[in-house]
Amino acid sequence: MTLVAELRAALADDRVRDGRTELALYRHDASAMEGAAVAVCFPVTTAEVQSCVRVARRHGVPFVARGSGTGLAGGAVPPDGAVVISTTKMNRIESVDVASRRAWVEPGVLNLDLSRAVAAHGLHFAPDPSSQQTCSIGGNVANNSGGPHCLAEGVTNAHVLALEVVLPDGNVALLGGADAEPLGYDLRGVFVGSEGMLGIATKVLVRLTPNPPAVCTMLMDFDTVEAGASTVSAVIASGIVPAAMEMMDQLCLRAVEAYVHAGLPVEAAAALLIEVVGLPNGVAADTAAITEIAASHNVRTVRVAADDAERALLWKSRKSAFGAISRIKPNYYLHDTVVPRTRLPEVLNAVYDITRRHDLLVLNVFHAGDGNLHPLLLYDGREPGVLDRVHAAGEEIVRVSVEAGGVLSGEHGIGLEKRDLMPLMFSAVDLAAQEALRAAFDPDGVSNPGKVLPSPARCGDILDGGRVARAVAAGAWI
Amino acid sequence: MTGVRTVTAPTGITRIEPAEMTASCGAGTAVADLDDALREYGQCVAIPTSGSIGGALAVGRSGLRRLGYGPVRDALLQARYVSAAGELVKAGGPTVKNVSGFDLCRLLVGSRGTLGFIGDVILRTRPRARFEQWFRGDVDPDEVLARLYRPTAALWDGISVWVLLEGDPEDVDQQIAPLALTAVDGPPELPAGGRWSIAPGDYRTLRGRFVVELGVGVVHHEGPPPRRDVDPVLRDLHHHLKERFDPTGRLNPGVDVLDG
Repeated sequence: MTLVAELRAALADDRVRDGRTELALYRHDASAMEGAAVAVCFPVTTAEVQSCVRVARRHGVPFVARGSGTGLAGGAVPPDGAVVISTTKMNRIESVDVASRRAWVEPGVLNLDLSRAVAAHGLHFAPDPSSQQTCSIGGNVANNSGGPHCLAEGVTNAHVLALEVVLPDGNVALLGGADAEPLGYDLRGVFVGSEGMLGIATKVLVRLTPNPPAVCTMLMDFDTVEAGASTVSAVIASGIVPAAMEMMDQLCLRAVEAYVHAGLPVEAAAALLIEVVGLPNGVAADTAAITEIAASHNVRTVRVAADDAERALLWKSRKSAFGAISRIKPNYYLHDTVVPRTRLPEVLNAVYDITRRHDLLVLNVFHAGDGNLHPLLLYDGREPGVLDRVHAAGEEIVRVSVEAGGVLSGEHGIGLEKRDLMPLMFSAVDLAAQEALRAAFDPDGVSNPGKVLPSPARCGDILDGGRVARAVAAGAWI
Repeated sequence: MTGVRTVTAPTGITRIEPAEMTASCGAGTAVADLDDALREYGQCVAIPTSGSIGGALAVGRSGLRRLGYGPVRDALLQARYVSAAGELVKAGGPTVKNVSGFDLCRLLVGSRGTLGFIGDVILRTRPRARFEQWFRGDVDPDEVLARLYRPTAALWDGISVWVLLEGDPEDVDQQIAPLALTAVDGPPELPAGGRWSIAPGDYRTLRGRFVVELGVGVVHHEGPPPRRDVDPVLRDLHHHLKERFDPTGRLNPGVDVLDG
């Protein structure tokens, strides 16, 4: 039997697609890097996922799990000739345990749908990537996704208790567990963030977080980016970890204001959106302390959301940056690096310098509280040669971030995009250890091969300063 | 044992960066020493305050505050460890947020020295609460968990509940007011017969003398923990990992992390 015929026999005719248009749709994720799948499968059970994996193996082709395809680093781009295993039809919330604050969900459940489903119990799923209306829990697991509210709550790894996974050999295993201290190595922990290279999650036991009794959301604006960034460091150093601490620079404020009309401070160099949550007196005390710290850093104005509507408007401003920038330029390339908070002012200045030198517009809207930068390089793809400048500037930004004591990615992952930059952070020995982990799970390299880990030859290229050709990511969210 | 050598990790705090909420130290540093040093900055680490940092990470067991502070595994940001081949390997990264590559730190925490020897680490710190108070009362555990907003610890011995609340003193008072709880000096004495691991929802099935960490599922019991079966697929996976990281079985020989 052919590969597709075997897959159809195992699943159902209409849940295995190999039409030209359908395959074209699954060539890429939210990045613009491309691969070429041979079939796209839509399993509905763990056993069907096992079948997809086993059939692919029998035919000697790799496979890649795919959630909603919102990834920005090319993690779900199919390796050439791969079977795409889409989890979109595995989208049931299987059980919610309100007393223990946890739920078993299938990987295709959308992030925001989960929070909505448990809202009546006063609970939510803490990781809140800006793509949360569209991205799936399985995708969050693969990327160890973050979001504005991960400053206080931690990223996805802190919110996953157990995983049922189909391993690359087709066997099913439970990683982690419902109990407090499962036996053995923390395989749950290494699976989260492994970008589909250790197997496919088919069920996820997530931790749910109680909704806070009190919330205070503030917008503070500053004459300089440095003043805003120093406020962030000073708040953290004072012992307060707000629920979220986001920064927007002037170009971002102006673009968003023209789009959302939220009364944003468009004359300011930068604004901070800060949210404090908890019990009422604690929230009031933290709010007062933060306001005082901001005052000592020459804050211009402090706007406190008077009600839920104003809070929603302020958050809409933060999350609308991507719609807003299309008014400035038709294309953008979004970066994602992390630097120590105290280095934010100098790295932001370096980002402005780099983009100025490459004659590009840059807009910054990012998770300042954890030093997670998201420079957006704006460009018009029709302009000859502009992509080379975008790539060159992007790579410089990544290098500057790592040199400042930072890391390659805070929440988008490595995927294809930053695979060949891994040697900026890791030695050949470090990478060999990561490869050993990968090989223990997938000795034959069939589960989403070619991502995250550079081949040894490429390490040489990048260390020699050689330019590595990379496709452009033109994602939709941060 | 013949041919077995004890290896000691370096000691000492290299750096505390309060504005980054990170601390760097040798794995041989006493947790209590790091805790003292962090106190000056109003911070702490979510690691129980006994023994060394490396030991606590290698064992991976949380303290009584896990409900509020999270598990030990989330405290480790970066580790440099000595591999079976004698090479120095870096795992993770120095920042509080990082998804660059496979996170080998996850593998090290709880691995009891069977995959590598932790040499030095960068840890995530957390703010120390401005106020904390233990309470005790003969109340229903479910009611306590449902009513209190994110207690730092909640314990039950089959009769009494102990809770640890942190934060603003007025908030703590208001939280406690509707419940029949009174302030006490600290948690109860913990039975030391065995450390059990249950799903937190199963605490009512416990018998004998015990103190269970509500919402977490760690049980401090008078008796040894029941045997736990290990799925053969999972055992294979552990075997493959050990083979890849320590092919000649040099690291902490005789220890199998699946033996409980």
